[in-house]
Amino acid sequence: MSDDGQEHSHKPGFFARWFMSTNHKDIGTLYIIFSIFAGLIGGLFSMIMRMELQEPGVQLLVDSAGNPDGQLWNMFITAHGLIMVFFVVMPGLIGGFGNWFVPLMIGAPDMAFPRLNNISFWLIVPAFLLLLLSALIGAEVLSPEFWANVDATGVKIGDFFGVGAGTGWTVYPPLSGSAYGHDGMAVDMAIFSLHLAGASSILGAANFITTIFNMRAPGMTLHKMPLFVWSMLITSFLLVLSLPVLGGAITMLLTDRNFGTSFFNPEGGGDPILYQHLFWFFGHPEVYIMILPAFGIMSHIISTFSQRPIFGYLGMAYAMISIGVVGFVVWAHHMYTVGMSVDTRAYFTAATLIIAVPTGIKIFSWIATMWGGSIRFTTPMLWAIGFIFLFTVGGVTGVVLANGGMDVALHDTYYVVAHFHYVLSLGAVFALFAGFYYWIGKMSGRLCPEWMGKLHFWLTFIGVNTVFFPQHFLGLGGMPRRIIDYPDAFEGWNMVSSYGAYLTGIATIWFIFVVFYTLFFGKKASGNYWDVQPQCYTLEWSLSSPPPFHQFEIQPKVK
Amino acid sequence: MNPELNLQDKNRRTAITVLVVVCLMVGLSFASVPLYKVFCSVTGWGGTTQLAETLPSPDEVIDREITVRFDGNTAHDLPWDFRPEEVSVTLRLGERGFTSFVALNRGDEPVAGTAIFNVTPLKAGKYFHKIQCFCFGEQILQPHENVNMPVLFYVDPEMHDDKNMDDVTTITLSYSFFRTDSENLEKALENFYEAE
Repeated sequence: MSDDGQEHSHKPGFFARWFMSTNHKDIGTLYIIFSIFAGLIGGLFSMIMRMELQEPGVQLLVDSAGNPDGQLWNMFITAHGLIMVFFVVMPGLIGGFGNWFVPLMIGAPDMAFPRLNNISFWLIVPAFLLLLLSALIGAEVLSPEFWANVDATGVKIGDFFGVGAGTGWTVYPPLSGSAYGHDGMAVDMAIFSLHLAGASSILGAANFITTIFNMRAPGMTLHKMPLFVWSMLITSFLLVLSLPVLGGAITMLLTDRNFGTSFFNPEGGGDPILYQHLFWFFGHPEVYIMILPAFGIMSHIISTFSQRPIFGYLGMAYAMISIGVVGFVVWAHHMYTVGMSVDTRAYFTAATLIIAVPTGIKIFSWIATMWGGSIRFTTPMLWAIGFIFLFTVGGVTGVVLANGGMDVALHDTYYVVAHFHYVLSLGAVFALFAGFYYWIGKMSGRLCPEWMGKLHFWLTFIGVNTVFFPQHFLGLGGMPRRIIDYPDAFEGWNMVSSYGAYLTGIATIWFIFVVFYTLFFGKKASGNYWDVQPQCYTLEWSLSSPPPFHQFEIQPKVK
Repeated sequence: MNPELNLQDKNRRTAITVLVVVCLMVGLSFASVPLYKVFCSVTGWGGTTQLAETLPSPDEVIDREITVRFDGNTAHDLPWDFRPEEVSVTLRLGERGFTSFVALNRGDEPVAGTAIFNVTPLKAGKYFHKIQCFCFGEQILQPHENVNMPVLFYVDPEMHDDKNMDDVTTITLSYSFFRTDSENLEKALENFYEAE
């Protein structure tokens, strides 16, 4: 029993607690479990992709007749992209850590709309199932004839999948149209999956905005709010403004496919380029939606383990705001090759480069926080420093790609793949792990053994760098992305990249082991187990670990 | 007043505001379709050509030559032979240009087609003016009918003042015919089968 008079927690039974949950901490936990699970599936897809790319020629992804199956490849890269963006990073950072720590950090008893919160989570589960099923529809293994002849034909990996949605995560028409091989249900299911995931995120964002605006503890003005809460507020605004545009665009795509409209269909006077504009009007803010919560988590970890308040707090908050604002007017830098005028490309190049300024403010403020600090190299701090280093590498290649002239040569090469994996796979995902190790004691009440987390860090750090750094060389050499095979000249670095993927895979299995070890055998955590200093304090450290089922029955006051 | 109720009202107001913004953004995404069309035809984006009533007066003609190449193609489900009569013409900026395309319906029943068109380089769209064109409406071809389709156009002399156009010596005008359905086609089909 805790000594703060909150012992009467009224926890409901198992089913009511986890399936009808209205508790922000339980929903956050569900989101984190979901994110890890989806991450394993998305990661499995990437392992298969790296196995295929390890050597020139097509060995693994063949159809029933043994021929290279490019559609299967396209389906894999599409599923990998969509899963990682919509079902790993977003549920993990926003639904998981956001739900857990926004109410705790602002001193609120729960989210503003607990039941809406439950709906948000349970919308994302069918969304994920729809996406997975879209890959399985029409699979050979589902037909009895296949099993009747299985002795003669043998089982190939392609037999487990149908036509699927081989459109890329961008779902560009005309490839995603019914005239180009996507006439089955798969793309429609993928579109519905995005609809549900989008609705889930929009409802979640409305919930966060309401909670943060109305339910802060007395005395906590916006300018005293923890940076993670700031990042969630800005992320929510980006979601609310950008996701409806994706929703509109894919709805138009759906009616183009099924009901004979021609929004993007040139036959009826539509323009496929318009889809690209709409998609990237969503897609560019989306990459900031994935990275801003990561920025928020980083600020807390670096401050805690440098034992100094964050350098330039207001600058950090306003840097995130300006990243969010400018992020809405740079979208066409994803489309330099569609034939825009020189002046337009000059504008989008300049606007994109401007984003490097607030991002630089953040990077330098983190470094300035560490400067002269009494740094403790704990597991979360290792991930945080790794994040700063790798995100900066990705940011620098981003500045290269921002240039319209340069991008024409590098467009759709592995250089781009390397760039966005450095900022997302090595940026956002490092933040997921950093947040996990930082808060796992708070969330579960059990401490993760430091050496286990550190081993996970080093395996992952070496692994992902081995995967993605060589991809810069491949891209500069001209290797195109989204292709199942490549010329022999690219063999060497592809092999290195694949070895890196296997190391990362081992690191991930280790992570799963660490999670279970921590949950079952970890030492009990105290309320402030990281010994967070008063100058870096946020309200979650004032509670027990795990926090009581209902916290802050007496509202805290902030000076 | 009960402070608990107060918070609920406040929350409701905030959430409704957010959801109104969401609805506005959905509306905006659909509104972008006509807006984009207007934007393209005004600015000539994507090689969208301009409409003109009359030719510029002869004293506006500039002594800079430009070659206009022609291209004609059809969608795979349209049984037409469609091609330009000449590969290219060379004319001066502001000078009257005239060419025609030939279309032959290979099918055994009336077919309607609508052409979509643009010019490359895309930046030339703003300066390419059409005065008369078959592409402004739907075309119905009787079986084995062979028609000439004229285009009357000029290239705007103002192009000479645009430094981004300094490198342009050739403009390609391209048409793609797509099959269409319409009431006129249905009437034509009715007439065709009644006459048989």
